[in-house]
Amino acid sequence: MKQYPVAVRLASAAGAVVVLAMAAYVGWAREPRTFRLPPPLQAGLNDIKLMASGIGGAPPEAFFAMGKPYEAGSFELSQGKRLYSWFGCAACHGDGQGGKGPSFIDGWWLYGPGLVSIVASIRDGRPHGMPAFRDKMTADEIWQLAGYIKSLGAYSAHLSAPGRNDDKSPIPAENRAPAEILFDPGPTPHHPDQGPTP
Amino acid sequence: MRSKLNLRAGGLLLALPLCGCNGTQSALHAEGQAATALKGLILLIVLVCALVWIAVVGVLFWALLRRRTEFAAGNKIHDHRLRLAVYSALAATAIIVAGLTVASFYATRALYSSHPPDVIVQAKAQQWWWQFTYADSENRPLFQTANELHIPVGKDVLITLEALDVIHSLWIPALAGKQDMIPGRRNEQRLHAERQGIYRGQCAEFCGIQHSHMALVVVAEDEDDYAAWLAEQQKPAADPITAEAEAGRAVFLGKPCAACHTIRGTAAKGSTGPDLTHIGSRQTLGAGLLPVTRGSLAAWIADPQTLKPGNNMPLVPLSSDEVRQVSAYLEGLR
Repeated sequence: MKQYPVAVRLASAAGAVVVLAMAAYVGWAREPRTFRLPPPLQAGLNDIKLMASGIGGAPPEAFFAMGKPYEAGSFELSQGKRLYSWFGCAACHGDGQGGKGPSFIDGWWLYGPGLVSIVASIRDGRPHGMPAFRDKMTADEIWQLAGYIKSLGAYSAHLSAPGRNDDKSPIPAENRAPAEILFDPGPTPHHPDQGPTP
Repeated sequence: MRSKLNLRAGGLLLALPLCGCNGTQSALHAEGQAATALKGLILLIVLVCALVWIAVVGVLFWALLRRRTEFAAGNKIHDHRLRLAVYSALAATAIIVAGLTVASFYATRALYSSHPPDVIVQAKAQQWWWQFTYADSENRPLFQTANELHIPVGKDVLITLEALDVIHSLWIPALAGKQDMIPGRRNEQRLHAERQGIYRGQCAEFCGIQHSHMALVVVAEDEDDYAAWLAEQQKPAADPITAEAEAGRAVFLGKPCAACHTIRGTAAKGSTGPDLTHIGSRQTLGAGLLPVTRGSLAAWIADPQTLKPGNNMPLVPLSSDEVRQVSAYLEGLR
C-alpha cells in the first residue's frame, strides 16, 4: 500500500472534518419551525397600519420581530395553502384564477400587492362580497394565508414554495416568475379595463 | 456488586417487552376473529422456527464435538448416511416452508369475509387524528365522530379506509391486523370482536411529527349498549344547562373554534377539525393523548401546540374566563 505524505493525510482529514461540519451546520441552520406563536405576538400581528384608502400600509412591529416569516417561509406557505382549502377560499376564487371573486394570478391586485393589504382584505373583508375572517381564523393563520395568496401572484420568483399538489396543478407553480408569462390564462378573461398587467 | 447490578439491569431489559402484554393493545391478546387467526399464525411460526433452530444448533454442536477420525473419507456407510441426512434436511425445509405458506394463506383468508357487513363505518385518517362516519344499512352517513369507535360484539364491522393527507395505517392489534390508509384510494378492514372490552389502536405507518400520538379507542359492547350509544350520538348537541356553559357556547361560536369544528345543532359547521357534538362522551382527547376531563379540555384549548406540537389546531388567544366557559360547555356535550 502506498503511503501518502503526512501533509496530504492531514489535509484530507481536515477536508473530511470541514465537510461534516458543513453538513451539521446545514442541519442546524435549517428553517426553524415555530408551532406555538406566543399570544402577545399574535395580538401584535393584528396591529397593521393600513392607509386610509384601505390600500397598502405598514406591517406591525411583531412581523419584523419574528423575522418576516410569512412571505418566505416554506412551512408558513404550506400552511397557507392548506388554509386556502380549509376555509373555502376556492368557493369564490377557484384555484387562484378567480371565479365569483377576483383572480390572484392575473397580476392585478385590486387593493395593491402588499402583504398588509391582503391581510386586511382577509381579516376585515372587502366590499362586493369578500367576508371578514376575523372571527374565523387566528391572526397568524391570516398572515400565513395572505403570504400564500401573495405568492400565487408574485411579480418575482421565490426560493421557497409550499408543498406541491398531488395531481396536476392547473396554475403555474407558486414560486415561478413572473405571474403572466409562463402560462395560458385559460377560461378566465383578463380585465382590459384594469390597465396593463406587469 | 457490579455484576449483580448488571444482572439486574439485564433482567429489567429482558422484562421490558412484557409491557406489551397488558392486553388493550397486543396482538397476543386476540379478541377478534382476524386477530385470533393472526395470533395462531404467529405462534405456529415461532414454534416451528424454534424447533428448527434447536435442531440446527444441536447438529452444529454435535459437528463441533464429534471425533474427527470417525468419518474418514471413503467410508461408504458414512457417505450414505451423510447423503441421507442432507436429503432429509432438504426435504424437511421444503415441507416446512410449504406448510408455513399454506398456514399463512389460511390465516390471510380468515382476515377477509365476504358476508355483507352488519355495520359500516367510514374512516378518514389525517394528521394526526381519525375521523369516523357511521352509516346506516344503505350506506348513508348518520353522524361523524373522532378517535373512538364503538362496535357491537359478535357482528361484522366493515371499515372503509381513506387518508386525507399522507399514508396512515389502522392497527388495532387485539382485533385485526394492519391495513394501510392511502390518499386517493379506498381500503377495507373488517373488525369482529368476540368479547366486550376496550381496545387501543394506533397509527402503524409513520405519518409525521405526531405519529406516536395518533391513537384510537375501540369499545366493543353488547347489542343494547351499542344501540343506545348509536341513538345518543345521532342526537344534536345538548343545550348547556349552566350559565357558564351557556357563555362557553357563545365564546365557541364567536371565536375561530366554530370555523374548524362542527357541533351539530349549533351554527358551528367547520369540517377541518374533529366533530365535537358529543366530545364529553368520548374517552380521549387529541387522539388518545389525554383523558377527556374538564381540566384536560381547558389545557388543550389554552395551548394545543405545547401538548401536541405540530398539530393543526392553532393557539386561539382566549381570556382565562373564556377558557373556563368553553371547557364547561364542551365537557357538558355528552
